[in-house]
Amino acid sequence: MLDGTPAGNARGWLRELAQSLGAIVLALLAGAALLAAAGYSVRDAYWSLYQGAFGNVYSIADTLLNAIPLLFTGLAVALAFRGGLFNIGTEGQMYAAALATALTALALPGWPPLLLITASLLAGAAAGAAWGFVPGFLRARTGAHEVITTIMLNYVAILLTTHLVKTRFKAPGPVDQTALIPAAARLPELVPATRLTWAIVVAVALIALVDWVLRKSSWGMDLELVGQNPSAAAYAGVPVAARTALTMAASGAIAGLAGSTLVLGVLHRFITHFSPGYGFTGIAVALAARARPWGVVPAALLFGALQAGGLSMQLFARIPADLITVIQGLVILFVAAPGLAALFRRRARGPVPVLPREGTR
Amino acid sequence: MTATGTEPWILEMIDIHKRFGPVVANDGVHLAVARGEIHCLLGENGAGKSTLMKILYGLYSPDRGEIRIRGQRVAIRSPRDAMAAGIGMVHQHFMLVDRMTVAENLVAGMEPVRRGLLDLDRARQQVQAMAARYGLQVDPDARVQDLSVGQQQRVEILKALMRRADILILDEPTAVLTPQEVDELFQVMQQLKADGKTLIFITHKLRETMAFSDRVTVLRGGRHVGTVRTADTSPEALAEMMVGRQVMLRVSRPPAKPGETLLELERVSVVDKRGQPRLRHVTLSVRSGEVLGIAGVEGNGQLELEEAIAGLRPLAGGRIRIGGREPAQPGPRGRRALGLAHIPSDRLRRGLAAPLPVARNGILGRHWQAPFARRGLLRERAIRDHVGRLLASFQIRGRPDAPAATLSGGNQQKLVVARELADSPRVILACQPTRGVDVGAIAQIHRELLQRRAAGAAILLISADLDELMALSDRIAVLYEGEIVTEGPTEAFTKQQLGLWMAGQRPVPAAAKDSAPAKEGAAGA
Amino acid sequence: MTDAWEVIFHINTLTAALRLATPIALAALAGTLSERAGVINLGLEGKLLAGAWAAVYATYLTGAPWVGVLAAVAAGMLVGALLGLFAVGLRANHVVAGVGLNILLLGLTTWLMQVVWDSRGTSPTVAALPRWTIPGLRDVPLLGDLLGSHSPLVYFTLLAAPLLWVVLFKTPVGLRVRMIGEHPEAADTLGIPVHRLQYLSLLAAGGLAALGGAQLALGDLAWFSQNMSAGRGYMALAANVFGQWNPLGSLLASLLFALTDAMQMRIQTLPNPWPTELVQMLPYLLTIAVLSGAVRRSRPPAALGRHYPPEPGAGAP
Repeated sequence: MLDGTPAGNARGWLRELAQSLGAIVLALLAGAALLAAAGYSVRDAYWSLYQGAFGNVYSIADTLLNAIPLLFTGLAVALAFRGGLFNIGTEGQMYAAALATALTALALPGWPPLLLITASLLAGAAAGAAWGFVPGFLRARTGAHEVITTIMLNYVAILLTTHLVKTRFKAPGPVDQTALIPAAARLPELVPATRLTWAIVVAVALIALVDWVLRKSSWGMDLELVGQNPSAAAYAGVPVAARTALTMAASGAIAGLAGSTLVLGVLHRFITHFSPGYGFTGIAVALAARARPWGVVPAALLFGALQAGGLSMQLFARIPADLITVIQGLVILFVAAPGLAALFRRRARGPVPVLPREGTR
Repeated sequence: MTATGTEPWILEMIDIHKRFGPVVANDGVHLAVARGEIHCLLGENGAGKSTLMKILYGLYSPDRGEIRIRGQRVAIRSPRDAMAAGIGMVHQHFMLVDRMTVAENLVAGMEPVRRGLLDLDRARQQVQAMAARYGLQVDPDARVQDLSVGQQQRVEILKALMRRADILILDEPTAVLTPQEVDELFQVMQQLKADGKTLIFITHKLRETMAFSDRVTVLRGGRHVGTVRTADTSPEALAEMMVGRQVMLRVSRPPAKPGETLLELERVSVVDKRGQPRLRHVTLSVRSGEVLGIAGVEGNGQLELEEAIAGLRPLAGGRIRIGGREPAQPGPRGRRALGLAHIPSDRLRRGLAAPLPVARNGILGRHWQAPFARRGLLRERAIRDHVGRLLASFQIRGRPDAPAATLSGGNQQKLVVARELADSPRVILACQPTRGVDVGAIAQIHRELLQRRAAGAAILLISADLDELMALSDRIAVLYEGEIVTEGPTEAFTKQQLGLWMAGQRPVPAAAKDSAPAKEGAAGA
Repeated sequence: MTDAWEVIFHINTLTAALRLATPIALAALAGTLSERAGVINLGLEGKLLAGAWAAVYATYLTGAPWVGVLAAVAAGMLVGALLGLFAVGLRANHVVAGVGLNILLLGLTTWLMQVVWDSRGTSPTVAALPRWTIPGLRDVPLLGDLLGSHSPLVYFTLLAAPLLWVVLFKTPVGLRVRMIGEHPEAADTLGIPVHRLQYLSLLAAGGLAALGGAQLALGDLAWFSQNMSAGRGYMALAANVFGQWNPLGSLLASLLFALTDAMQMRIQTLPNPWPTELVQMLPYLLTIAVLSGAVRRSRPPAALGRHYPPEPGAGAP
């Protein structure tokens, strides 16, 4: 559905890069127009945005910090796209996994760090997988479109985890949160005195794994087939329904790890409403990355920068940070529009005409 | 046949150029059609005939060139303009909405209105009046999905007539008709001609051209090769114009030497989603070294038969055995493991994943097994070598890295056939194997299938092309409404008899067989 | 427990359900119209928000809720045009375009709320839509309570559904729209302007859905709050599927969803052992259940989600 360029086809990624960059630039321009219309200084806005993202060491650390969950959610959505599925439920999967991780860490106090961290992360992945499996299963069995079911489950997840933390697992005090996880469960820092942990390593390792599976394994080819042409996949003997559910579960597990690593690495507990929309931003990340696993890295950095910069923009230029959400939406729209790219393309590739005007009235 | 009225030509298309990106569909084509004649536009698949007519009907606009109707230059920028100029088109793939009624389909765009609302009563009347005038019986309140293919075509013709078409374009009208329906269509065409209409029909079938047309224009590779009077030419001459060289119109099929039974269907039944039976107790067997052809009008169970054998649809009853054994696992994998190859009837829906590279498509369905994969890991070198061989063996023009979508239709089909035949399967399920393929490739695919037959494979051939069936099959069975209504050696049937069986009728046993032998014809005829 | 049941199915609950159903139903009708024309309309959530925000802002400026309603319609049509531009004109994937629009509008409405009112939670209170009472109906027992006194948009919805039904199934333009959604090639060959009708349908759908947003903001509450649609746009889509792409069916299905919403709210006002959040989950869980049950037996318009004309190349004979 992303104009079907499979993971293994390296040719043309330059064109895709240009398309994504073009979309981002257009989105920023549109954002600028909006700012101007609202009477703000575009210069102040974008300057503080830049400063907040790259201006100094702390900004860069902030950018990276924001990018890490996006690596996970972006990868999760990208994987689902490859399989022909829209996983809009990464937010809910994050919450389910985050709580599972926190509870697991709290439930196993005596364990040595490596085992404890692994167990907690696995619990999170399992919870995320379960949260992704349900819409996948429903899609495979009943045809219920996963966009709607995943979004519904987002609400359910947030409500459910909030309820559980308010009632069963609440730490004493006014805030709705769990107790602090034991020190042994904390993800060790990669760079001292920042909050950048080994989560980055996990994320990049996952990206490498997913990329490798998609390009080099039979399983990956099965997944691409289901994503590009389910009838051909069935013809080739791929169990389409089972793979649909499995892909959503895998996607959910990866998205879940975004929440798990946040709990173990940054928050050190589960707090209700902890996510500033990492799940939804992941959609923009995956689209900007054209659903290529390694493309998620620069895309996540970019959106992490936007998120970090947005806070700074709000603080210093007094412009509400929700503009970033607007820009995200615009990026999605611009990236998704192949017609836009066609307008800039001078030569058609293959038998596809530049502007399919035939028959248009 | 000669024109009456001041202008000799009712339609002229002059120096038409049209390209789609790097593909040149029409390269300076000329067409002149006389008033009241039946003019045939002949050419292989991909020669540019459809494009030319779509330009005439306003669906495409030419890059260069001029259209004249009755001597007057016209600009046709949309179907609206075409209809205003008196041009109507009956498309190859019907432009009908299945879920709507005949009347609704017919009046859309020119609906009778009463007080702001659709006046379906008047629509009904209009339909019936027009139908009666041309002898095209239809039920205005029937849903299109409940009509037979021949009836649907009649609706399409009515659609053009109701919009006052004087010039009717028919695009491959006989592709899905039984021989009897073809005859009926010809009657209708004569009736229309008597009424003063001018007809242009597009085909790649020489026999129809010879039988139905007054004059023929041949296109090849987007260029105009020539225009002749049908009475002055012959199938061989036309074929040579179509292809540019002498064509072997016949494949020779040596007598069969059948061996053991390799494919058996025993009382196989299949139901659709609503529980309606689509195949009823079908019993068939194909032996090694033999080709069994399945004839039938599309929609009588061929698709379900294909899917049942291929493992794409569960059986509601009965058994299938390949090489004497039932598949160990459900689905296509189990069948492949027993030596079944499947050339699907819809290459784009099933046979290929068009956005994926040619190389990957070359191992579709085999991408878990050696030598292409080991323990779930794809082995690129082996894949490349294999695909290279496939491309060479069938002279397929394409790059292994490019998406399969970049191949032409004919090359795509050749890729599918090459892939399926590559590992010398014991049983071959070939469905519409030469649909949309050019003449040269058709001959090649036919030769390949017959070679496999000689080597001992059992082939089940499902095809809508009776000529192909009769040329390749040793035995023929007819599928009608999900049942096998007759079966026998090809020599025992004439085309007319098969046509009757396909329509659900039992032919009167002929006192003497037709002089035309059943084995004649092949590629493109 | 019987007390609880009686209370839940109290006439107040049903009346509330009717009121709450209006935004969902209007969005569902919008979905029906656009999907009948072949365009998947996932942007309903965004249109609800846009309509709600525009309604409140315009009312804030002028003090007249009717101006708010007009502003909502204008905003909705603008968003509908945007969806048309991307999904139809630029051939973006319909689902992705819809999701993108929703994110865009969520961000935009929240941002504008801060820009204008300096508040990230709720806007200031504005004048709400008046309650109309139908004379005579008010005094009818039960039915009068149910139908007698509502915001005018509620009555509009009850009329809009059958009206849309008539337009879709009994008028020439409706026939053409349906043909486009089933078989755009056929429509094109008959000279029916495919893209133009799709754009028009999206404009109308946008206006309809935005009216739902106006009801959400002005019909009951009289303010705008962040993300106040809370998933109703997606419920509307499910209602459309459940209603089989038929305006009357969509209306009934919306009533069903709203009933759980009303029940959930009512339960919270009673002394009950059920926790808030769990009860709030009901509408979402119901949506999933309905969608899973309904899709199997449903038959969407055959060309839904497809771009016209299709990409030539792959598949040209």
